[in-house]
Amino acid sequence: MKALVCVKRVIDYNVKPRVKSDGTGVDLANVKMSMNPFDEIAVEEAIRLKEKGVVTEIVAVSVGPAKAQETLRTALAMGADRAVLVQVDDGVDVEPLAVAKIIKGVVGEEAPGLIITGKQAIDDDSNQVGQMLAALLGRPQGTFANEVTVEGDSVVVKREIDGGLETVKLALPAVVTTDLRLNEPRYASLPNIMKAKSKPLATKSPADYGVDIAPRLKTLKVAEPAVRSAGIKVADVDALVAKVKELGIA
Amino acid sequence: MKTLVWVEHDNASVKDATLSVVTAAAQLGEVHLLVAGSGCAAVAEAAKGIAGVGKVHLADDAAYANALAENVAPLIAGLMADHDAFLAPATTTGKNIAPRVAALLDVAQISDILSVEGPKTFTRPIYAGNAIATVESTDAKLVITVRGTAFAKADATGGAGSVEAVAAGADSGLSSFVGSEIAKSERPELTSAKVIVSGGRALKDADTFQATIFPLADKLGAAVGASRAAVDAGYVPNDYQVGQTGKIVAPEVYVAVGISGAIQHLAGMKDSKTIIAINKDEDAPIFQVADLGLVADLFNAVPELTGKL
Repeated sequence: MKALVCVKRVIDYNVKPRVKSDGTGVDLANVKMSMNPFDEIAVEEAIRLKEKGVVTEIVAVSVGPAKAQETLRTALAMGADRAVLVQVDDGVDVEPLAVAKIIKGVVGEEAPGLIITGKQAIDDDSNQVGQMLAALLGRPQGTFANEVTVEGDSVVVKREIDGGLETVKLALPAVVTTDLRLNEPRYASLPNIMKAKSKPLATKSPADYGVDIAPRLKTLKVAEPAVRSAGIKVADVDALVAKVKELGIA
Repeated sequence: MKTLVWVEHDNASVKDATLSVVTAAAQLGEVHLLVAGSGCAAVAEAAKGIAGVGKVHLADDAAYANALAENVAPLIAGLMADHDAFLAPATTTGKNIAPRVAALLDVAQISDILSVEGPKTFTRPIYAGNAIATVESTDAKLVITVRGTAFAKADATGGAGSVEAVAAGADSGLSSFVGSEIAKSERPELTSAKVIVSGGRALKDADTFQATIFPLADKLGAAVGASRAAVDAGYVPNDYQVGQTGKIVAPEVYVAVGISGAIQHLAGMKDSKTIIAINKDEDAPIFQVADLGLVADLFNAVPELTGKL
């Protein structure tokens, strides 16, 4: 079975984003970018399924600017076999619905048995692509996966839900989105990073899949969140007790 | 505008998350509800009493028992022929279903809204809450998830809605529910608690976490939360996690014990009314958002605090 993993190039999770002073967006010039952390987990899960003999080939796909090649090379260095970059102009944000439509096109070409995406990207925090893709394909979805087990022609997904965990069984092909605790992604070793440079990476455009990437949502403004006023430090527990009592919670 | 609100429930009672969504929906227009489940007539009866509610659509069928997105999304997409907006809480259930509905309708989804600025204009957090975007939809229909802590809860009583049964669609056969492990807790629910006591990596292990955090939480009638580090280390189950990828909370008082205050954690709690931090590192980022800070070893300070309250 072939696995398709979707990866996104995003601001590194350790960087504190700065809002541009003209309110048009977040300043990404000269900011460290990395693979979205949830997507690393998706790649890792595909590799583990390959190591178990369940998956035979892993194709990594990304929709993004030319620089998203670096993100795909990272996936290849971790253990993906091939990559597809659906390239858009620098600075163009593609909304989740358009990404899902493009990936549907890639799925049409590749016919994977399992599609793994992160549960959300840490830049737009949408948490939509996997679900939308499943809908467009008319296939089942296993979102917020904590554990993934392929059993014959179905996949059993343990999901992280608000009150605990839930297990669902999905007919393959299926879409799975990863939660943090699914696995711990491996680091790419230097020899593997070198090897990844010679793995195939195809470049496509949204037009190749007949997808219009014009945004449906107009961003009118991006602003800093309200700043909290500075607090105080208390000297000892007694002072804290007094303050807590003032708050009327004890 | 006619809105359709997803009622979150356990086939017995309406969950609180629904009430905040009703408030958001009321800012857009007429509020209709959808109760989809199995043997859930009582939920619909309760739902029609929510203040401001018009019609309650009741889809009672075995196929909807566990709110599987594959079965529920086509039902909602069908009802959207007669509604202009679909709103669901930004809970794991809402986040699972709403994008599937949006894709079926070929519209963008607006995630986790903080406010309604106009009939098609909303604010939402991006970059772990480090920026707030104002977005306007150009789609004919709206599909929205609502951040519960950003809207007041509608009154659960006083409404005079009417219940109307909706014919169920066929089971998709694509997915089935196997089982669930729901953590049992006597404490208040994390997302609706007035006070939360959260612990981080500094708590050392599960036993120490229990012995240190739980008594303080009990004293304050608080829910217990945790940072990702504490969850990853196995101190508490993952549904305790507060943050960008866990639960978003905004209680009256949030007590952060042994939590450094990483961006991802702050994303889940920085709208709390009062933040209290106890940490032995006086440079910990948590102190930049804390209203009250105590620089101290938590293993001495927390038991002393618990004792003196």
